[in-house]
Amino acid sequence: MNQKEQTEAPLIHSGEWKIHYDYAVGETATQFFLRLRDQGKIAGKKCPSCQGVLVPPRAFCERCFVQTEEWVDVGPEGTIEAFTIVYEPFDGLPEPPYAVAYVTLDGATTAMANFVRALDLSDPEVAARQLAVGNRVEAVFADAREGAVTDFYYRLM
Amino acid sequence: MPTKTAIVGVGQTDYRFKRTDVTIQELAVEASRKALEHAGMTLADIDAFVIGVAPDALLGINAVDRWIGEALGVAPRPLLRVNTGGTTGAAAAQAGYAHVASGVAQRVLVVAADKVSESPDAQWVLNTAMDPIYEKSVALNAINMCSLQAVRQMDQYHVTEKQLASVAVRSRKNAQINPHAHLRAPISLEDVLASRYVCWPLKLLDCCPRSSGACAVVMASERVVRKEHSRAAWIRGMGATSNTIYMGDKMGPGRDVDHADWDELAMAAARAYRQAGITDPVHEIDVAEIYAPFTCTEIAAVEALGFANKGMGGVMSEQGMFEMGGAVPVNPSGGVLNANPISATALVRIAEAALQVMGDAGDRQVPGAQRAVATGIGGTLQFHTCMVLANDA
Ligand SMILES: [Zn+2]
Repeated sequence: MNQKEQTEAPLIHSGEWKIHYDYAVGETATQFFLRLRDQGKIAGKKCPSCQGVLVPPRAFCERCFVQTEEWVDVGPEGTIEAFTIVYEPFDGLPEPPYAVAYVTLDGATTAMANFVRALDLSDPEVAARQLAVGNRVEAVFADAREGAVTDFYYRLM
Repeated sequence: MPTKTAIVGVGQTDYRFKRTDVTIQELAVEASRKALEHAGMTLADIDAFVIGVAPDALLGINAVDRWIGEALGVAPRPLLRVNTGGTTGAAAAQAGYAHVASGVAQRVLVVAADKVSESPDAQWVLNTAMDPIYEKSVALNAINMCSLQAVRQMDQYHVTEKQLASVAVRSRKNAQINPHAHLRAPISLEDVLASRYVCWPLKLLDCCPRSSGACAVVMASERVVRKEHSRAAWIRGMGATSNTIYMGDKMGPGRDVDHADWDELAMAAARAYRQAGITDPVHEIDVAEIYAPFTCTEIAAVEALGFANKGMGGVMSEQGMFEMGGAVPVNPSGGVLNANPISATALVRIAEAALQVMGDAGDRQVPGAQRAVATGIGGTLQFHTCMVLANDA
């Protein structure tokens, strides 16, 4: 075929990945989610070596490479460590605007991400001031819980 | 002692939103052919191949190395595929370097390619790279994880949106002299500040585009270089650091590094500088190619590289320290902010740094550049690389 014979734009073939997965969350996350679902409590796991209280809990401390055993209830209040307010729509992600914050729940040594709700996000500057690092929030638990991170959200105090 | 190793050939495609005229194979071949030509070699000279491709889901081709490898005509030679997210291109270079430095290979081709525009929304794909148990459902993606960094920079160091904007304006000014750059239209400080918030505090012009393109480099051993090459970019230092996927571990009271900073990059740089004998980076590094897909990330990086004190990166950017002609020109290429073919991006930094010390950087050449540094970042800001390149062994 002569180059000049090609008059149309290159063809596009479409494809799609639609793959279902069943993730086993493991014993540690299972206990975390059951406590969250059934008792409305957030718990972390304590590292016997560095004494860190890991929230979300993990079966082992990455830094010390030792197994964690002890459960410690944390929160429900905590301190904002970082946040963002998403104003742009992204495929497959929630309808904007929404705010996400990392919060150190009282008693934890690490911060956990979740949505911040019950807050007017229409003015970015005003909302950002309310979400400032160091501000206090509380975890609010959904009435109907299913054993997932989205069973709770953060609300400014 | 490792075998002394140099980059002797660089090939880049132009970086554009779409390349509908080629497949990902053909794109990789385009850059590879240019790199071989620049090195004065043919495919037959190459002993081993490293392909850098980030998450397959960006391309929608699973195990895409199988397809690209074939296109390069690797048979019967060894091929490695490397993936460390955004760091992929630099990690591929690290693997190529290990091949030559260890004496396993004399000549290695490292190539990375991406066509990010073929998936509808990269952020959806990048969200699937988050922890599926605890974090994916909170809508984290590559943009908002960097916004979190910017928020902490603003809180701890009083970084301003204007300082962030200064990074975007300078990068775009440089992109105008780089024909490969994806975004080249001039922008002003006002344009950046007036652009809409994407993920607060990052605005549209604080963010990189998603690009299609490929980059390749040829590495060779000292023996080959001495015999066949008049100029080379010697790899004088290579450092790499990795850390946890959990950003929250870098924020709470138990943190050992802070999400505001890139102490991990500082550690990688310390290693690379030690190997290269660099003790005073501001005076000894002539040019830097920094992996910074968002304005705030460049500020963290210039501090980690020792160009500015912690918390001062934004101020120094605003004062012009990183302009062409400044104390340390940063991203003469226009950087990631103006071209981000994700898998290739970190290799582009190394390729551009190599061109600088080879004196082959065209209009974006920093006059007399002898030492350059190139960085890579990936994962949830968890993988960091730093390479020092020099015009002498
Ligand atoms: Zn520990």
